[in-house]
This record gives sequence, C-alpha cells and structure tokens, in this order.
Amino acid sequence: MKFKWPVLSVLFVIATVLAGCDNRLLVLDPKGPQAATQAKDIMLSIGIMSFIVIAVFALLAFMLTKYRASKQPKDYEPPHIEGNAIVEAICVGIPILIVAYLSFVSVQSNYKVEARPEGYGDKEPLVVYASSSNWKWHFSYPEEGIETVNYLYIPTDRPLEFKLYSYGPITSFWIPQLGGQKYAMSDMVTTLHLAADEPGEYMGRNANFSGKGFAENTFDVTAMPQDEFDDWVKEVKKTAKPLTEEKFNDLLEPGHLGKSTYTGTHLDFSPAPEGHHHGSSDESGKSNEHSEHDSMDDMHSEHESMQH
Amino acid sequence: MKIDHSLPLEYSTEENRLKILGFWIFLGAEIMLFATLFAGYFTLANRTGNGPTGAEIFEITPVLIETFLLLASSFTIGLGIHAMRLGNKKAMLTFFAVTLILGLGFLGVEIYDFVVYVHEGAAIQTSAFTSMLLTTLGTHGAHVTVGFFWGLFIILQVRKRGLTPETANKSFIFSLYWHFLDVVWIFIFSFIYMKGMM
Amino acid sequence: MDFFDRFAIPHASPAIYASMVAIVLTSVAIVAGLTYFKKWGYLWREWLTTVDHKRIGIMYLLSALLMLFRGGVDAIMMRAQLAAPESKLLDAQHYNEIFTTHGVVMILFMAMPFIIGFMNFVVPLQIGARDVAFPRLNAISFWLFFMGAMLFNISFVVGGSPDAGWTSYFPLAGNEFSESVGTNYYMIAIQIAGIGTLMTGINFMTTILKMRAPGMTLMKMPMFTWSSLITNAIIVFAFPVLTVLLAMGTMDRLFGTQFFTTENGGMDMLWANFFWVWGHPEVYILILPAFGIYSQVISTFARRNLYGYKSMVWSMVIISLLSFLVWVHHFFTMGQGALANSIFSITTMAIAVPTGVKIFNWLLTLWKGKIVITTPMLYSMLFIPLFTIGGVTGVMLGMSAADYQYHNTMFLVAHFHMVIIPGVVFAMLAGLTFYWPKMFGFMLNERIGKLTAWIIAISTLVAFMPMFFTGLDGQARRMYTYSEATGFGPLNMISFVGALGLAAGFVLLVYNVYYSTRYASRDISADPWDARTLEWATHTPVPSYNFAVEPQVSSEEPLWDAKKNGHELFKGEYKEIHMPNNSGVPFIMSSIFFVWGFSFVFSLWIPLILATIGIFACMTHRSFEKDHGHHISVKEIEETEEKLRGA
Repeated sequence: MKFKWPVLSVLFVIATVLAGCDNRLLVLDPKGPQAATQAKDIMLSIGIMSFIVIAVFALLAFMLTKYRASKQPKDYEPPHIEGNAIVEAICVGIPILIVAYLSFVSVQSNYKVEARPEGYGDKEPLVVYASSSNWKWHFSYPEEGIETVNYLYIPTDRPLEFKLYSYGPITSFWIPQLGGQKYAMSDMVTTLHLAADEPGEYMGRNANFSGKGFAENTFDVTAMPQDEFDDWVKEVKKTAKPLTEEKFNDLLEPGHLGKSTYTGTHLDFSPAPEGHHHGSSDESGKSNEHSEHDSMDDMHSEHESMQH
Repeated sequence: MKIDHSLPLEYSTEENRLKILGFWIFLGAEIMLFATLFAGYFTLANRTGNGPTGAEIFEITPVLIETFLLLASSFTIGLGIHAMRLGNKKAMLTFFAVTLILGLGFLGVEIYDFVVYVHEGAAIQTSAFTSMLLTTLGTHGAHVTVGFFWGLFIILQVRKRGLTPETANKSFIFSLYWHFLDVVWIFIFSFIYMKGMM
Repeated sequence: MDFFDRFAIPHASPAIYASMVAIVLTSVAIVAGLTYFKKWGYLWREWLTTVDHKRIGIMYLLSALLMLFRGGVDAIMMRAQLAAPESKLLDAQHYNEIFTTHGVVMILFMAMPFIIGFMNFVVPLQIGARDVAFPRLNAISFWLFFMGAMLFNISFVVGGSPDAGWTSYFPLAGNEFSESVGTNYYMIAIQIAGIGTLMTGINFMTTILKMRAPGMTLMKMPMFTWSSLITNAIIVFAFPVLTVLLAMGTMDRLFGTQFFTTENGGMDMLWANFFWVWGHPEVYILILPAFGIYSQVISTFARRNLYGYKSMVWSMVIISLLSFLVWVHHFFTMGQGALANSIFSITTMAIAVPTGVKIFNWLLTLWKGKIVITTPMLYSMLFIPLFTIGGVTGVMLGMSAADYQYHNTMFLVAHFHMVIIPGVVFAMLAGLTFYWPKMFGFMLNERIGKLTAWIIAISTLVAFMPMFFTGLDGQARRMYTYSEATGFGPLNMISFVGALGLAAGFVLLVYNVYYSTRYASRDISADPWDARTLEWATHTPVPSYNFAVEPQVSSEEPLWDAKKNGHELFKGEYKEIHMPNNSGVPFIMSSIFFVWGFSFVFSLWIPLILATIGIFACMTHRSFEKDHGHHISVKEIEETEEKLRGA
C-alpha cells in the first residue's frame, strides 16, 4: 500500500512539530488570561480533531488495503448495499456529540473573552482608546491624560479595556500573546478586554488588510508592574509636548511614523464615535440635528440586524 | 410541436411549461433581490447623517395615488389573462393596454415624487438613508419601466400573431411579473412609507 | 491627452509592460492563425453561436483552465515574494493587486466555470435529456461569464488592477482609499459574470426538475445531478444578494451614494455582512458539485453502488440550508457580542455533521468493494485525507473565541486552501480525467495522470501545512513582507517550494493533454471506465441530440442495471427530434456587455448609454424573434447512429 505512508509521515511530522513548537508559537504562548483561554480552546480542539483525522485515515487505509481489486478474486462481484440505519446513526451521532461538546466549550469561552478578565480582585480596569489611521496606531489614556503613537505601555495584573475605532479603513487590533483581535471601525467603538500577567515586550499589530502600508502597521507593547507604569506616566507628563489638534491632524496623514508621546489626548477635540455621532464627521462643521436618543436606537437596530 | 389541448393555451406545450417554471424560479431570485434591498433599508433607515429623515420627506398623497394605480393595474392584467383564457383577443388587448397606461401613470407620479425629494434635500448622495431609499424605490421603478416595454411588445405580438401557445405563454408570464411588482410595492408601501410616516 | 491618461497603469512595472506585449502578440497570433487556416467560419458556426450544452460545457472548462493558470501565476508571485524576509521582488502595491486578483480569479473565474462546465456537460446526459431547458439562455450565461472574466483580466494592463482584497471591504474599497479604477473593474466584471451565473441557476433548476428521463424520480437521480440541483438552488438564492451588493458598491464609487462611506450615516459593516451572506453559500456552490463528482467517481471505481444514498442527499440539503445561516463567522471579531458569536459558532460547527456523514458514506462505499485505482479515483482517495485536515481546521475556526486568534492570519489561509484545493480542485481534475474520453474521444495517459495527482497532493501539503504554524505564530494574511526577526522565513520558504511543486503538477497536466492528444488510442468504447450512469450509455462522441431514443430508468444506476441486470434502457423506435437553432445573439449581446462594462469602469458615459441601448435592442430582438428550432429527421438519426455504432 504505497499510499498511506506519505500521509502517515505527514501526520507524524505535524505531531512532532506541534509538540516541539508548542511553547514558541505566539498564540500558544499566552501571557494573559484571555490568550490563555483561547490557547486552551485551540489545544483542546486540535486534540479532538486529531482523533477524527486519525480515525478517517485509519478507515481509509483499511478500506484501501482490504478491498483493492488486486486482492479480490477475479470473479468477485461487490454486493449492492443500500445503507444501514444503525451505521448511519453512528456516523451522525458521533459528529453531533463532538460538535455539541465543542459548542459548549465555545459558548463558555465567548462569554469569557467578551467580559472583563476575572481574578484581579476589584481593580479598576485601565481604559485605553486605541485608534488606527493609515498606517499608525494612536493610544489615548484618558484617565492619565497622555497619548502615544505606535507603542503601548500597560500595567500587569490589572484588567485592560481597549476602546477601538479607526480613522479610515477597518483595522484589527491584535496582541497575540495577550488575546485575540477585534476590529476597529470608523463609525462605532468596539471593546476588547485583555490583561497581562507577566511583564515583557509583546508584538502588536493591525491584522486586517488596510492598504499599502498594512504590513508595517505594527506597534510594540510593553507590560510592566503598576508602579513602574505610574512612574512612566509621571515622566511623560513632565517631558512630553501637548497634543494639539493641528499636530494630531498631521499625525493622521497617511504614511508611517516612528513612536511619539504627548500629554493630553485627541479625545478632547476629536472624540471617539461612541454612539453620538455615528458616521457624520465633525470636520464638516455641521452639528448633528438628531438627538442622542435617535442614535441610541440606531446602534440598537444595528446590533439587531447583525444578529439576524 | 406537441400541443396538449386539455390544458390552457399558455401551458399547452412542453416548452411553455418549462418557461413558466423557469420564470417562477426567476421570481424566486427576484424575491431575494428585493429582500436584500429591504434588509439594507431596515439597516440604514435611521442613519440619516446630515440629511432629512423619512418622516420629514414622505407625503401620503402621491404614495396613495401610486398604490391605487398599481393595484388597479394588477387587477386589470388579471382581467386581461381571464379574457385570454376565454379566447377574447380584443378584450385581452384592451385590458393589457389599460394595465400599461396605469403603469405609466404610476411611473409619472413616482418620478414627480423623486423630483420633490431632491428639491427637499434628499438626493441619492445625501445620506445612507436617502441612498438606500432611492435605490430601493428606483429598482422597483426600473422593473416597472422594463415591464412597460415588455408589455408593449407583447401587445404588438398578440395583435399581429393572434393568440398562439407562444404569445399566450408570453402574456401569462408577463402577468406573473406584473403581479410580482405589485406585491413588492405593497411591501414598499407598508414597510417604507407607512412605517416611515409613523 | 487627459482623456487617455485614465487608461494608464498607475503602478507600472517591467512585468506589466511585458504582459502587455505578450497579450498583443498572442492576440495577433490568434487572429493571424484563424485567418490563415480559414477557421473563422468554423469558429463562428460551431462554437461562438452554439447552444449545445456539451460545447458550452467544454468552453467553460477551457476558460476555467486558462484562468487557473492566470491565478496560478499570481500565486507563484506571492509565494516567491514571501519566500524570504524583506524581499524586494514586489512592492506593497503590486502584492496587494496580485492577492486580490488571485482570489477573484480563482473563486469566480476558475472554480465557478469549472463546476458550471461539468454541470453543462454532464447533467443533461445524466438525466437523459436532449439539452438544457433554455439552450439560448445557456449560451448567454456562458458568454456573460466569459466577457466578465475578460474584462476583469484586462484590468492589469488598462487602468490598474483592484487592490482591496477579494472581499473588497469598504471603506478601503471606496474612492477615498482606492483611487484607481481597479475596484470599478471588480464591481462591474463580477456583476456581469454574476448575472450569467444566476441565469445558469435558473436554467439548471428547471432542467433538472422538468426534463428527467421517464422513471427517474427525484430519489433516483445520480448524485452529481442531485448536487447540481442543490447548488443551483443556492445560486438562485445567493447571487441576487451579490447583484445588489455590487450595484451598491458601484454607486458608492461612481455616483457618490453613501452606503458604505465613513460619513453621513454610511455603514462599512453592511458591505461585510452582505458580502458574506452571498460569500458563504458561494463556498458551498463550489464544494457540493465537487462532492457530486467524488460520489460518481468513488462508486464507479469501488465497483459498488453509493453507500447511504438518502443520507447523502439529505446531508446536502442540510448543508445548503445551513450555508445561509453562518455568514457572521467571517467576522466574529466585529464586536457583535458573545451571544451572536455563540449562535453563529454553533451553526458553523453544525455543518461539520452533514459533511462528516458524507465522508463516512464514501468510506463505506469502499467497503466490500473492488477498488481500482485509476487517476480519477486517486484524486478522490487523496481528497479524503487532505480535505479532512481542511475540514477539521474549519471546525476549529468555528470556535469563535479561538477565532479571535486565527482570524486574518495564515492559519485561515491554510484552512481554506486545504478545503478548496482538495475539495474543489482535485474534484475538477478527477472530473476532467473521468469525462475526458466522453468529451474528446480518447483517454488521458494514466501514468502521467497518477504522477500529476501525487505531485499536486504532496505539494498541497508542503505549500499549506506550514501556514497553519506561521498563522499561530502571528503572521497576518495579506502582508507583503515581514522582518527577519519574526522568524517566519523558513516556513514560508517551504511554502514557496510547495507552490513550485503545484506549478509543476499543473504543467504536467498540460503535458499530459499534449501527450495523450498525440499518442492516445482513439479506439475506445463509449463506456471506458465501466461506469454506472446514463452519460456513459450514449455514443462517444456524443451526437448533438444526446440520445436517439429517450432512455427508460428504474434505479439510480440505470446503465449498471442495463449491463448487469438486463434492464432495457432504450425502448421504442426513432422519432423525429426537435432541437434548438444556433444563434449569434448571445455572443453579440455579451460583447456589448463587455463594452458596457468597460465604459462603466472608466465613466465613459456616452459609450455606456449606447451599449445600454444595444443590450436592450438585443433583448427586443429576442422578444420579436420567431425561432421554433429545427427537426432532425428519422433518416438522419438512423445514419448518425449507424456511423457512430460502426466507429
């Protein structure tokens, strides 16, 4: 049977590489509770799926070795078999059980990754507004009153709440070792809950294609204990220049920029699209005639329509 | 060609039966087309940006006239098909002509309505809401326009060639199309105009 | 000169200039060749005006192969660029254009015509019909597809290719961020081809529902016909969404509407939603006919009837329904919350159940069989394990919390290639080898064929397995380059080697066609594979009327019954056969559509209006035309049958 060996060897290679790489692939090397939940789900599903793959391979190999024409008598006539209720019930039942179990896990994890991470006592989350523009990331710390471009400092052992939106194409905010990604869009704010357990440097990037400068649309993440983070904030407040509207508009121009730091945030003069001015841009100078109430309805209907 | 005389003329040949089934499937696709437009409309109905809302631009009078004209035309084309089944060519052509005139009246009022919208600052570029509104209405209007010419050609053919399995089949299929446009209009009337004015 | 500036390529490179020259030279060579060999009349009479489903099917398949190579060149260029870190082979703009056209060409202009080509050739034969329900409409479908594909393909030499990804998400695809006409090409070329596909859907649904041979009830239809029926139903319900979507996109770009803009209430998410409401069923439009082909091939070469016929049918019906209920899984990360994600996560994983049933049924078809490994069977046997890998990673992606990590990464890219290549492409190659003798009267070489299958299968693994790992290591898709520090280099190099292997496999396929055309025996029977269904019951080459006498059917394997159980297929005498006439109008109308599309892309309003009038003129002509087809007399049938039997 010349056929099963290549397949089996590939499987073997996959298994070895998986086992070997386990701690090196970023996604499977989590440094925060959300990424850990996701990595756990991924490993669990790989395990169950390998079982299915092996079962299918084994069945196929068995059929191909046993029922080859070369191994049958010349006058053998294969029988006519319509199907068998019990066999087919098993073929339906086992996948249903597996899918049901995975669904159970999936739903649980959904609520976990969409909520504030647990296990940090009653620590208030740090709110960071992360907005993208072609092809940069702007991080505003409204409570601290500072803003950075293309780099992110975060405290460890404290929930993080990222408010995501975009000045331009849809982007996706992603720090693989802290947790999965979420979209940043121009007409609404999405929320991503993360937390970092260990101090360190992490890779962050925009994962959603956004044009010419997409590949370099990355940012550095540094996680540090809370007191170091506080020192950094103080340092920034002392040394950095204030962020003016003019300066911010310069930053929004398409292109790549290095890292920079400012006091104050752009939220004061260019607020995030949090429900109250969906889409209609402030730059047009016209005030929005519709009440807050209307737009809340609007956001609501938006969510409804997405659930259908 | 085998003609089965036990069936109405428009169903009498194999080819005719195929065409009628094919057209029903086409109408299935059309339902999806308008369903997509409606889904888009419901999503964008409140996203009026800096433009007017539906309540601000919708007026009941022209819409009622449009509704009346189109419903009446659906009734007359039904009478036309009935006359066709009875073999009364003259009555059939009269009813078809009345149908098309009513359709033309509908288009006239709709175009008038569009001009008013644009004057009130609700052009197709104004906001997501007006883009979606005018596209949905416009798609229906374009269907009526195409239907007008199609119907006209059928009248010409029936006049010249008489009631044959082929022309009867075309007329019947056309009537399905026209009824369908009427149904779509009822949805537009209820879910765009009535809902928007409330 | 301003007028002509718009046709210039915004980001020209030597490669593009070389392609321009190559395109001009090839066109000149074709025209000169046709003139020299006096083949214009033949081409017009036998191909351009044909309404014969078999010829239309063959034209679909040839176009699909052509597009396979176009999309394949794109793929090689991408993999070459990514083979090493910080490679300077392509710049960002070119890379963006290439992955965009690779996606569009492979899905819409390669896979779609491939499956529709097989439907055209096989379905009427398999149900014992003389042609499809609306032969003229069928020709229009093909030519609209063809003109759409050509329009899309000239984009890279006239005006610039689309560069916003095959999903073309707004606002990136809007005027503000995609200034060139590239995305106009995307909107309009796909629109034209899409209308053709919608017509195909209506045509084949009617054909299958109404034109089956006497005795062939729905539950006695061969599995490929079943899969075609369901596929066409999906087409009829999914493609209108695409029509509306593309019209909205076109209006946003050309008429200043506000559907997906960032101002005045525009909603970019609406594009993503509508796109995938069409896009996900589209995936099943591709895979179900492929499943149909595998079912035919596996039961033929296991020398056994298909196991679990009923559950095969029901699983396809369930897949088709579920396919409309899972679109949100393409953007779990859009922030619709845990509840919506949970619902769509469950519906997504639920699709694994009917798909699993199909895999087990194929395996059980082998059970107690007498398996002969021919080239089509080899593709099918390679399909099962490879597709299983692709399929189970799909279940993994369906777990929405984990999808936050897979989304937009190479893991996803690896998944859908491991599904589409073994699922669809292997099926197309299996089908091509399987039906080749019926189409052309000789068989493709088995030795070269099997070698090709092995090379393609192994290369697929080599090319795409590494991407699962780079994806989990943080390599996003659509990145034109990466730094050395990321460590993605070695695995991407392996992928590149795999891509070269795939290219070698496809070149070998072409060589096989050449070799077999030259050397293969023409003396083959009408049923060279010892198959089981009606398409093998007629002569090779198939006469224009398919069957001289309408076949009688009493099971889902009528030919097998006739061979083994003494079932009488053809009862009765020759009768006059009514056939449709050829017509040049479909070709002419579609050519006007090409002009229409081209004018639209470049906002040339006067030609656009003229072309629109031309299209309506063609339709008016059709309305008034009296065309009752022609009849083939009994004598003519006798002569043809005599000749074919003798041959």
